[in-house]
Amino acid sequence: MTTTASTEARPAAAPPAAVPGPLRRHARWWPAVLLAALVTAPYSSLPLPGLLDGPLGSPGSLQLLALCLLFGALATGYDLLLGRTGLLSFGHALYFATGAYATNTIMLEAGLPFALCAVLGLLVGVLLAALLGSVSLRMSGIGFSMVTLAFAQAGSILVERDPGGFTGGEEGRAAPAERLPAWLVGIGHTADLYWIALAYLVLTLAVVHWAVRSPTGRVWEGIRENERRVEVLGLRPYGFKLVAFVLAGALAALGGIVHLLLTGGATPQTTTSDFTLSLLVMVVLGGSGTRWGPLVGGVLYTWADHRLGDLAGSDAVAGLPAVLRVPLSQPLFLLGTLFVLVVHLLPGGVVRLPGRLRAARERSRRATAPRRSTAKL
Amino acid sequence: MSTVVLLTLTGLGLGALYFLVASGLSLIFGLMDVLNFAHGALLSTGAYGTWWAASGHLPGAGPGGFGFVLAVAFGTAVGTLAAVLLELAVIRPLYERPREQVLATVGVGLAVPALLSAIWGADARPFPGPAALGGTFGLLGAQVPVNRLVLIAAALVVLAALRLFLGRTRHGLVVRAGVEDRPMVTALGIDVRRAFTLVFAIGGAAAALGGALGGLYFGSVDPGQGTSLLIFAFVVVVMGGMGSVTGAAAASVGVGLVQQFANYYTTAGLGDLAVVVLLAALLLLRPRGLTGRLA
Repeated sequence: MTTTASTEARPAAAPPAAVPGPLRRHARWWPAVLLAALVTAPYSSLPLPGLLDGPLGSPGSLQLLALCLLFGALATGYDLLLGRTGLLSFGHALYFATGAYATNTIMLEAGLPFALCAVLGLLVGVLLAALLGSVSLRMSGIGFSMVTLAFAQAGSILVERDPGGFTGGEEGRAAPAERLPAWLVGIGHTADLYWIALAYLVLTLAVVHWAVRSPTGRVWEGIRENERRVEVLGLRPYGFKLVAFVLAGALAALGGIVHLLLTGGATPQTTTSDFTLSLLVMVVLGGSGTRWGPLVGGVLYTWADHRLGDLAGSDAVAGLPAVLRVPLSQPLFLLGTLFVLVVHLLPGGVVRLPGRLRAARERSRRATAPRRSTAKL
Repeated sequence: MSTVVLLTLTGLGLGALYFLVASGLSLIFGLMDVLNFAHGALLSTGAYGTWWAASGHLPGAGPGGFGFVLAVAFGTAVGTLAAVLLELAVIRPLYERPREQVLATVGVGLAVPALLSAIWGADARPFPGPAALGGTFGLLGAQVPVNRLVLIAAALVVLAALRLFLGRTRHGLVVRAGVEDRPMVTALGIDVRRAFTLVFAIGGAAAALGGALGGLYFGSVDPGQGTSLLIFAFVVVVMGGMGSVTGAAAASVGVGLVQQFANYYTTAGLGDLAVVVLLAALLLLRPRGLTGRLA
């Protein structure tokens, strides 16, 4: 697995004719252009047939877009563990759900205003991540993965059994509209929620980018490549891994709070191990350990998950013969199969695809005219 | 007293179920470093295979007597075949990339239950079984369900068979050596890949048998059953020490008993939590698990 640097280094090795210089310099601004486009999206009535049900600015489309951005951000935060530190955690859903459930429960039971509850919910998530991370990081490798899974499963069971009536069991619990600020409630304010999801995404990208560039981030990279070597250098990997774990847990808890606002309640689906597995699918689909990969994967997965559900219920699928109709009616089957295919055929995920295609084209060009290209060089 | 006897036997029955799932999981992990997330799918495959055969779809098989034995054998065979296919088609192409092997099994683990619920519905289906196994028998004043004994007996047979296979046969020797030191076995010129397929077949057979008997235990089959059992099997594998079949057996018994007793004497559901607390406590005291094997 290589870092982002290699994707930037690759075009330099390609012939200069492939991408003109000024275009490349302008192309560097695409994140800012995209951000501007995303910020103004609620004002647009651009129809995107096939991609979205209604025009871009309609509440339904904005809701789906906001979910896409939220899960893109969540996957980016999760990749802090998987792609940056090499920790395969199967319990990330726990911290996401803790953020949502703790905030909601404090709001409902203590009757405090939303902002305070959100801060407290975040704090609970961070403390839980610190506590459980310090235990599970005593194991390394796959042992760590299994222990995080076990903790998350305990959380999921706790939520389902509903001790003391705090979690609402399988129903979940709706957020109290009267405690939320008025500008966050109701279908007319979907744009505000969308901007909150966008802000969460920008914050996550900034935090992850900053953390990975920091000295701690370099140690994470070292741990991912070879943990033993980091130990030999006189550093204790445990502390650095715990920092990564708690930071990722904090980002997840914050995401849980955004999800609470977006969906208007805390749902037990967010506590299941399937939820963490879908985060894993997003990260690997997009490209683990890259800057934009998890975001792309999260957006693609969420969009596909919603649209595949529509596809499964559509007339086109209902008319197919049983052999095709039965698997197509299950979005999870399609996503699972897609995931296996990505792992096999697209190592490095979707964001590595352009680079791989370029390399393949370069190889084929060299194969057709081997003499001339070497003579020119 | 009768309650304790009943809880002990049901706990052992549950532990037997965990062991059937965890033994294959532990061997696969020990040998290949692959945490097989598709193991629950293999269990579900075995359960649905048995259910399908026992429901009268397979000639000769049925819910009673020899017909049921045939149905269980059919389910186990289907699970074994699925495991071999999984190894050859999904795991083997990623031979040099253990991390990707785990990820690929995650995909299979998501897809197979979805496919099962697409074909037979997401709701639980009543599981046909011999009437003799549906009853109870009296022991020290407790009315114990007969199928718990069947589960315990099956787990004991599998444990004995695995120990004989690992300890007394040449293939078993290769597998054991591979668990201990895979690079060394490869360096000696032994094709570890064949051992991988073999271990997957064994693990798949045990999991599928667990699925078939799990149908008896729960009285029904549903697509999510394998996944929920898998998580406790993971706990068992960590507690038992990875790659150790005997450790997995000891941990299964412990987990099954703790779960049953805690569920009875506290509120339902706390038993599942108690298992996780037990895991955390064990890891704090002995990070390498019961048998002291390195994770």
